[in-house]
Amino acid sequence: MSWLGKLTQGLAKSTKRLADNITGLATGTLPLDDERLDEIEEALIAADLGPAVAGRIRERLADQKFAKGIDEAGIRTVVAEEVEKVLAPVALPLAITRRPQVVLVVGVNGSGKTTTIAKLARLFKADGKSVMLAAGDTFRAAAIAQLKIWADRVGVPIISGEQGGDAAGLAFDAVKRAMDEGIDVLIIDTAGRLQNKAGLMDELAKMKRVIGKLDPSAPHDVLLVLDATTGQNALSQIEVFSQVAGVTGLVMTKLDGSARGGMLVAAAEKYRLPIHAIGVGEGMDDLQPFDAGEFARALAGAED
Amino acid sequence: MFDSLSEQLGGIFERLRGRGALTEIDVRAAMREVRVALLEADVALAVVKDFIENATQRAIGAEVIKSVTPGQQVVKIVNDCLVELLGGEEEPIPLKIAVTPPAVVMMVGLQGSGKTTSSAKLASWLSTRERKKVMMASLDVARPAAQEQLRVLGEQTGIATLPIIAGQTPVQIAERARQSAKLQGFDVVVLDTAGRLGVDEALMAEMAAIASATTPDEILLVVDSLTGQDAVNVAAAFKERVALTGVILTRMDGDARGGAALSMRSVTGAPIRFAGVGEKLDALELFDARRVAGRILGMGDIVGLVEKAAANFEADQAEKMAEKLAKGQFDMDDLRQQLAQMKKMGGLSGLAAMMPGMGAAKKAMDSGAVNPKMLDRMEAIILSMTMKERTKPEILTAKRKIRIANGSGTTVQDVNKVLKMHQEMANVMKRLKKMGGMKGMMKMLAGMGGGMPGPEGAAPGGEGPGGAIDLGAVGRMFGRPGMGSLPPGFNKFGRK
Repeated sequence: MSWLGKLTQGLAKSTKRLADNITGLATGTLPLDDERLDEIEEALIAADLGPAVAGRIRERLADQKFAKGIDEAGIRTVVAEEVEKVLAPVALPLAITRRPQVVLVVGVNGSGKTTTIAKLARLFKADGKSVMLAAGDTFRAAAIAQLKIWADRVGVPIISGEQGGDAAGLAFDAVKRAMDEGIDVLIIDTAGRLQNKAGLMDELAKMKRVIGKLDPSAPHDVLLVLDATTGQNALSQIEVFSQVAGVTGLVMTKLDGSARGGMLVAAAEKYRLPIHAIGVGEGMDDLQPFDAGEFARALAGAED
Repeated sequence: MFDSLSEQLGGIFERLRGRGALTEIDVRAAMREVRVALLEADVALAVVKDFIENATQRAIGAEVIKSVTPGQQVVKIVNDCLVELLGGEEEPIPLKIAVTPPAVVMMVGLQGSGKTTSSAKLASWLSTRERKKVMMASLDVARPAAQEQLRVLGEQTGIATLPIIAGQTPVQIAERARQSAKLQGFDVVVLDTAGRLGVDEALMAEMAAIASATTPDEILLVVDSLTGQDAVNVAAAFKERVALTGVILTRMDGDARGGAALSMRSVTGAPIRFAGVGEKLDALELFDARRVAGRILGMGDIVGLVEKAAANFEADQAEKMAEKLAKGQFDMDDLRQQLAQMKKMGGLSGLAAMMPGMGAAKKAMDSGAVNPKMLDRMEAIILSMTMKERTKPEILTAKRKIRIANGSGTTVQDVNKVLKMHQEMANVMKRLKKMGGMKGMMKMLAGMGGGMPGPEGAAPGGEGPGGAIDLGAVGRMFGRPGMGSLPPGFNKFGRK
């Protein structure tokens, strides 16, 4: 199944909901009155766009004066267009431009960092790059073992230490090894942490500083992994992780579920951080570049 | 964001500082803001809609306490509704583990919701708090090293784990776990399952198969408190396939407002049992509905304010009344206040029904001997008096009485009845004063008056110690004939 197929399947529920809301009263061509606008707004809120962004999109739709009326497909197209306008500027792939390019992967617990790293490694390797992993989650039980299994499956080397060891020291060693061995991409895993845990966030800041000791420009990318099922807290995650670790881009996981990941729209509007990729399944190939148009249309249930 | 929301509410109701009951317009306006607050807190839209409708019905007509705005009062009522919906007033239901051993506890949820950590925390809780012999088994053959993770957690907590045998299916592991727990005399076996998406048919079917193979005594849905609108879909998907008996909310130590709790509770109907509050393996707490409600609404300060105002109001009233009683003063305004309090409490019949030993008064009212409308008439009479007349009723001449009767649409006889009633009450007050020890008595009365906390602890207007109840109680205490359980002179007034 294509990634779009998976995404669309995953988003089918929201699509259906939007469709239900709209078809419920709109057979034929009707003006976009308050009642229909309300329903569109609610469908957007139910997709996690948040009341603020949903309200703004509603206003934009209201402004466009569909005096002659608009049918269901038309509404979807318009909604998709509005969402795409917000997302298009931030849909940027993760480009590998230097050697070694150091990628630090951060996020809250359970967002899917380790799996995302495996998928990224697979993508870069398929692209002909040499990839190395660093098992920087020295906190969670068996996190190192988990990444080792992935490294094995993908066929890339991994630097690891003991559980409970110093993650910053390990990251330093990994950067050194990557430089010595001429590796193209080094991806460093980190322990999941809630952004309101000051102590853990300090550790992350320290890890980032240590990585920069050998190469002041490193880490070149700091990816924040967001779980699509997360609600408005994602905004707080972006804000705090950006302050502490200087997030450069986002990856959203678990979009193959019933969650729509609508807070990406809110995030794009507020923080304008690049969205590099989305995870649409548990398989190694289920990480895909983020396409604003496809995402917006899937969210709105619009036809291509 | 949350601050501005509170401010917004404050701004909207600046103009509406009116007293009395909440009007539908006030309530609806405030609810618009509450709706946004709930959505910002990730409560699912469908749940928000139902909730707002119920809370609106409850709020319309509720009393606004002195010194808070109608908006604040609405927030307080919403908070109480939240606590109730989250199961705040219920006794926590213990896990059903007192069965023929081993009791089977199955953990289910999405990927990354925190099942494995929660399994270890729960096992540890059951072992240390409930003194149970617990075994854990990981049925997660999908995520690399998941079984290893649970084994390590078992070592850290000193909880036995089922030895890992590679190549077994989850159902096989589950059966082996139960068998082995039975043979080794474990009380409880905790089954940690793989994370799965509600839309993944194969994995959902597998979960149902595990449940039917092991017939768990508890099936707990583990949910990340950071979850957004999707919470309803997750809850519905899992509820459809297995009989959920409870919910564990994880990452409650984060800064999410945790609206998922409300969505979970509404959709599954299952109680929220525990909250995960940290990375350490003892960081598991019994779920506290009150705290979570405050967090979801994000207006803890307002709720606190209203509660404090309510408490102050009661204390104020009690103090003033105590002072007046101590001085033996009791003027017409005090009488009016008593009447107003009675009215607030739902009129005479409502009041009578609430009070013990007032069956006779209730009967009298029901039979029509005492007209509930008289409260309004009595109030009108007092309101038609000048301030001076109210404090010094003895200056009332026949001329003044006619004016008051005309002003209140009553007769001079009615005015006289009110005066007579006041006189009798004032006499009681004087006798009370002579007895001394007023403070102690007021305290006792306060205890009686405060013994009726409605769900709207926010509407205590009529419950204060200054309330009519207390005067009735005073009357009873003296056992004066003719006073019965009603304030003195009351019965006379009612008779035509």
